[in-house]
Amino acid sequence: MAVKQVGEKKERWAAGVTPYSEMGFYNPDYVPRDSDILCAFRFVPQEGVEPIEGAAAVAGESSTATWTVVWTDRLSAHEHYQAKCYRVDPVPGTNQYIAYIAYDLDLFEEGSIANLTSSIIGNVFGFKALRSLRLEDMRIPPHYVKTFQGPPHGIVMEREYLNKYGRPLLGATVKPKLGLSARHYGRVVYEALRGGLDFTKDDENINSQPFMRWRDRFLFCMEAVSRAAAKSGEIKGHYMNVTAATMEDMYERADFAKELGSVIIMIDLTVGYTAIQSMSRWARRNGVLLHLHRAGHGTFTRQKTHGVSFRVIAKWMRLAGVDHLHAGTVVGKLEGDPSSVRGFYDTLREDKLPPNPALGLYFEQDWASMPGTMPVASGGIHAGQMHLLLHHLGEDCVLQFGGGTIGHPDGIAEGATANRVALEALVQARNEGHDTLAEGPEILAKAARLSPALRKALDIWKDVTFDFESTDTPDMVATPSF
Amino acid sequence: MRLTQGTFSYLPDLDDEQIRAQVQYCLGRGWAVAVEHTDDPHPRNVYWDMSGLPLFDLKDSAPVLQEIAECRRAHPDHYVRVNGYDSRLGRQTIGLSFIVNRPQHEPGFRLERQEGSDRRVRYSIRSCATDGEGRGRKGE
Repeated sequence: MAVKQVGEKKERWAAGVTPYSEMGFYNPDYVPRDSDILCAFRFVPQEGVEPIEGAAAVAGESSTATWTVVWTDRLSAHEHYQAKCYRVDPVPGTNQYIAYIAYDLDLFEEGSIANLTSSIIGNVFGFKALRSLRLEDMRIPPHYVKTFQGPPHGIVMEREYLNKYGRPLLGATVKPKLGLSARHYGRVVYEALRGGLDFTKDDENINSQPFMRWRDRFLFCMEAVSRAAAKSGEIKGHYMNVTAATMEDMYERADFAKELGSVIIMIDLTVGYTAIQSMSRWARRNGVLLHLHRAGHGTFTRQKTHGVSFRVIAKWMRLAGVDHLHAGTVVGKLEGDPSSVRGFYDTLREDKLPPNPALGLYFEQDWASMPGTMPVASGGIHAGQMHLLLHHLGEDCVLQFGGGTIGHPDGIAEGATANRVALEALVQARNEGHDTLAEGPEILAKAARLSPALRKALDIWKDVTFDFESTDTPDMVATPSF
Repeated sequence: MRLTQGTFSYLPDLDDEQIRAQVQYCLGRGWAVAVEHTDDPHPRNVYWDMSGLPLFDLKDSAPVLQEIAECRRAHPDHYVRVNGYDSRLGRQTIGLSFIVNRPQHEPGFRLERQEGSDRRVRYSIRSCATDGEGRGRKGE
């Protein structure tokens, strides 16, 4: 420990410093209750700190403890409120350990991500006795799940609202992400939607800058969305980014988007957990879908030894209540190994998940019928990868091709058509029983014979891949059995 | 115009063998299958007319193909679609929906703009097919 160890074992309540592990924060005999919140932390203790003491310190600092004994503990049923580390496993071949910690439900305010996170990732991540600390996974028991609103609409309602079934949805982020005037911006939206996409999207940093104020963007984009809907007979949407400096500004922008008839708005993760929950309530109340862009998450999710895994962020966001969440592409330009990404997608979509170390899922998770959040794949993907995307990501997701739509040599609408044809051809082949992963390139080539738009897309991007090693991968260590 | 609702509207119209394969996919997943038709494919027209009740517990796709054929015969100028219903807990919704018949001439839609104050425009989409005034006009 950073503080001086006490030579002789002292009496539990004597003033001074007692190791966390001797204050009840480590209890290998503790059997977690069904209603406990469970956490798996990856940590590296400082030199000289016993792993069990390090793990107990995490339990202590994320629940009731301070650095020294306080007599005021004795005025509470302190054993009830103490988090209990019940298991510590070394990670083979590393200096890391996984600590499993149980928290009683009474430690948390109902329905508050801010409160949950202030405890679980509050002070403890700066704790000196640990070299590094990462929250790998959490089990949120149904008792706590049920105190959250969850997604304002969810996957099923979104599909019924949009009248789109049986295939992933298609989107594109308008590019260049900064600098276009509202009029030209709307042109990109119109072309992409009339060409065959379901959605277009503001990027995370498009808010209300001097070159394009939010109100102008919303007006031009709704003209584009409405024209494209009339041309195709399909419902179309543009994610109107209402991210702003204050809640009042965000409500004003969201209300305006709703009045114009937009089916969807978006916010960025940077607005904070409480603002996300407020916008989720707004979205439920107003019948507008809510898209969340995970802007900034890479600062704390990417490194394997410190921070918070994205699978935890995914759980928090499903609880907080968003209809869409970016969750990785596997094949695109942004971080995400296939197994981890699969774990994120399952976490967002499924109702009951067993523990699965291969996917990085440390615990079971029961969502108690809370609707699913639609995962969004965005960043460096193109029509030539459609078979891989369908294989890795499945059907309930949004595939977003920004450059892969707008960069098409024959224009934006042709780029959109290429993506839609590729997707429909693969879904058709999959449903007919073809092995679309193995036969994907053939299926695409065959579809391209009838679609010049797809042929050009395949020609121009056929060799583009982003093949880098992931920094964050599951360890496949044994998982506790509950 | 070409109405692009449904899962396969960007592909050439499916022939009967291709339709059979998609129906078989639905049946293989234990879904009920229904045939529906309409002359008004407005994107917010949810309830197309049902061509009989949904077909439950089928092993073979023949009855669905027969229902499609009858529906096409009775309504050659209507849109006809096939819906597969996934009744599993947590889904309880449509799993696949695709168009199997289109009118010879697809009249499309008209976009109406009602201009308000503050540059606001209220948009509404009118089906040319059911809109006497707009019949035959180009979708815009």
